[in-house]
Amino acid sequence: MSELVDCRGLSCPEPVMLARQALQETGNGTVQVVVSNAVALDNVTRAANQMGWQVSVEEEGEEFKLSIKK
Amino acid sequence: MRDRLSIIFAGAVVGLLAVILVLQGNPANMGFCVACFIRDIAGGLGLHRAGVVQFLRPEIIGLVLGAFVTALYVREFKSTGGSSPLMRFLLGMLMMTGALIFLGCPLRMILRLAGGDWNALVALPGYVLGVWFGTLFLKKGFTLGRSQVQTAVNGYAGPFIAAVLLILLVTAPAFIFFSEEGPGSMAAPLFLTLGAGLLVGILAQRTRLCTMGAIRDLILFKDYHLFLGFAAIFVVALVGNLFTGQFIPGFEDQPVAHVSSLWNFLGMTVVGFAAVLAGGCPMRQLILTGEGQSDALLTVFGMGTGAAFMHNFGLAGSPAGVSPAGQWIAIISLALLFIIGISNVNLHRKAKTKDYSKAS
Repeated sequence: MSELVDCRGLSCPEPVMLARQALQETGNGTVQVVVSNAVALDNVTRAANQMGWQVSVEEEGEEFKLSIKK
Repeated sequence: MRDRLSIIFAGAVVGLLAVILVLQGNPANMGFCVACFIRDIAGGLGLHRAGVVQFLRPEIIGLVLGAFVTALYVREFKSTGGSSPLMRFLLGMLMMTGALIFLGCPLRMILRLAGGDWNALVALPGYVLGVWFGTLFLKKGFTLGRSQVQTAVNGYAGPFIAAVLLILLVTAPAFIFFSEEGPGSMAAPLFLTLGAGLLVGILAQRTRLCTMGAIRDLILFKDYHLFLGFAAIFVVALVGNLFTGQFIPGFEDQPVAHVSSLWNFLGMTVVGFAAVLAGGCPMRQLILTGEGQSDALLTVFGMGTGAAFMHNFGLAGSPAGVSPAGQWIAIISLALLFIIGISNVNLHRKAKTKDYSKAS
């Protein structure tokens, strides 16, 4: 079973803090993040981009799945 | 780049509208004050009987409805809640406590500063200190837990209440209180106040403008995105005040303000601290309410209740200063915030967990 950063139901800045922590721990590769609101989606995307990661987003019903790669 | 321009634009519009609203009748340096205006609404509903601060402020109604309509339009409206409702209610009360010690929410602090009220310059480092306290807990794993998707009625409650307040404002039944003197009697015409609220509600929903997030993100991530909005409010309001003769620098005789520096400082420390733990400044709570978050609505209810307590028990600051009881309540509020902070830290927080999302 793969790992992911589960930010569903969390409000900012928690999703950003968790995602940043995961990105720092990972170094490079792919990190999966799942969020459940547009604000978290925007903020995590912006934070990841600022850290030099590429983000692709998949919308699944009420949730957004982010694949963050470096 | 487009994001940055949007948030600067939103901040600039807030600053400009604030200047216009004061020119058209709002109390000085109070074009917008979310805490003051929620307090006025609590008074209008008779929850407190401070006769000079009772009015169903259309700006508040507009902020919620503007955010609501926008969230519906961009399909971001979602009924959610259930993330520590009691804590959020308490944090709303505490946020209002601090704001009524200082006499203004963070937004009014910026506007007071832009009007030359140097007492706000004393409050600003207090606010930053409060936000910093909050970030210490965030770093340690502070969380109010996850919210859940709720039935639609939870999300529509906030906008519905705003609409009812608007009807009560327009029809002015006898059981609604309207100040005949003092700040509560001073207001720009309805189309301006409501229009300004709606416009800012729309812009703040889109840009996530937040006077707490501005400082928090700088401290936590060195991210100045939201701070651009904060700065734009100040710069445009300052220039507007300079042009219209509303910039009157000094400590003494500032409108709806007092000169007790320690309490101005500590009042805003309470606001900043509470806002971080609650996840948004008073204005942001109204925007989230419009987006269907019942947790934010509870924070707003807490603010209204806090205002009632502060005025019913003579705890709120006034141009004469802060009463001894008010000073105690500021200290107690700060202590309560540390307790709330410590007791909601999740020491076992991990960023990554096993992927259960497909199973659910």
